[in-house]
Amino acid sequence: MGLLDKHGVIEKNATLLLIFAFLVVTVGGIVEIAPLFYLENTIEDVDGMRPYTPLELTGRDIYIREGCYVCHSQMIRPMRDEVERYGHYSLAAESQYDHPFQWGSKRTGPDLARVGGRYSDAWHVDHLTNPQSVVPESVMPKYGFLLNRMIEPAHIDQRLSTDAMVGVPYTSDMIENAKADFAAQADPDADTDGLLERYPNATNVRNFDGRPGISEMDALVAYLQVLGTMVDFSTFQPVASR
Amino acid sequence: MSKKPLKKKHEVETTGHSWDGIEEYNNPLPRWWLWTFYACIIWGVGYSIAMPAWPIFKSGATPGILGSSTRANVQADLDKFAAMNKPIQEKLVAVDLDQIAEDPELRNYTQNAGAAVFRTWCAQCHGAGAGGNPGLGYPNLLDSDWLWGGTMEEIHFTITHGIRNETDPEEEARFSQMPAFGKDGILSGEEIDQVVQYVRQISGQESDAELASAGETVFMDNCSACHAEDGTGDQMQGAPNLTDAIWLYGGDVDTLTYTVTNARFGVMPNWNERLTEADIRAVASYVHSLGGGQ
Repeated sequence: MGLLDKHGVIEKNATLLLIFAFLVVTVGGIVEIAPLFYLENTIEDVDGMRPYTPLELTGRDIYIREGCYVCHSQMIRPMRDEVERYGHYSLAAESQYDHPFQWGSKRTGPDLARVGGRYSDAWHVDHLTNPQSVVPESVMPKYGFLLNRMIEPAHIDQRLSTDAMVGVPYTSDMIENAKADFAAQADPDADTDGLLERYPNATNVRNFDGRPGISEMDALVAYLQVLGTMVDFSTFQPVASR
Repeated sequence: MSKKPLKKKHEVETTGHSWDGIEEYNNPLPRWWLWTFYACIIWGVGYSIAMPAWPIFKSGATPGILGSSTRANVQADLDKFAAMNKPIQEKLVAVDLDQIAEDPELRNYTQNAGAAVFRTWCAQCHGAGAGGNPGLGYPNLLDSDWLWGGTMEEIHFTITHGIRNETDPEEEARFSQMPAFGKDGILSGEEIDQVVQYVRQISGQESDAELASAGETVFMDNCSACHAEDGTGDQMQGAPNLTDAIWLYGGDVDTLTYTVTNARFGVMPNWNERLTEADIRAVASYVHSLGGGQ
């Protein structure tokens, strides 16, 4: 039996067992993970995707802080019922600037991957303040306190830099102007030329919560209103082999 | 209680290990387990040939001889149902809007398809039963009080382009904006109190006669251009009728004062990018049939 007779050596030496077990597990990891780095169709190129604006990124952080992902997924699966209810199935590219992605695995509430533009800002404020006022059967908790929590973009430039470190293409121009862009997006009277030049696609400039100042509600609604709106599906051609 | 007799040592081989005299039988694996295991291996090999599996090419994994694709599958599924709906939807898009309700086949289709569209896309604001949400500004679609018109054509236009949105690609969204009379300093606090009492008077509610008569002048100077001199509103501008008992946000003194001071700006999305023309016609016909259609 030769080599097989020597397995006793591995069984009797814990360190050796650990090393060989690790090598075996590594093979599994390499087979599953390594191809993602050389396969060209892992993330297809899609027109329209851009990094989040500073205000949207802040809203996304609030989304994560409040645990919205526990009940809401952001992943429309390629099935007829989902496509007809939520819109075009999600593409990998649509989460490419999410760290971490918000696909989720549990839907107590509906999927939010394409909630952007589906409701008015006022509806979002009404709904977040008291979900049951617009959807009587909803079990969602109330998030009205977001209206009273005013936010300053004190560290937003560092926040953008951190995302840039892990591969989000924030330019130095975007990082330098992050504080100005943060304030401009929630103020319809502000000079938004710079903001719209840096983030040209699907950028909403509004006073999202309809109240003076920038609250966490502004940021969260700005984030919700951009979800799934960046890719123009009237020109998108799916590659069938994916 | 019968005990299974222990196997005799000589019947089954032992592994040859011995710990303090305790030995271990070397029983073979159960046959059913072993054959299931072999069958799984064979299945796995066959599956990886038939379905997309091995990531050996730069352009993507091996496609598999069955050519299975999730995207193609969902598209085929969508196409199948689209083909089934095609004849009736083509007919629906071709006819005059006013003719939809006359044709029993189209009427039956729009009642069901329109209700499905309504429950998916409209119910969140207008309520599952289309009763709206008075107090929050989402209009009731069951009554005959219309902001922008209740004919098939008007409803169809409103659904297509929406109201006060900036997202309609044709930029045809219905638009009007009430001034924020208090916030922007157009009216003083006293004048607002007066006009609120006047609005309560013309809507048949309890009001202070003295303030109301002063408010009439304020109303004629500031409000009548849109809400009409008699306060019955103007559907061309989406100006609500103020003389009936139907309120979008509320007809009590506090709410009216807030409305006059800060104005309202209700927004409805344009649906021309999310729904097909047939879906829009179906839901327009459904809404028209709910009781208030003109």
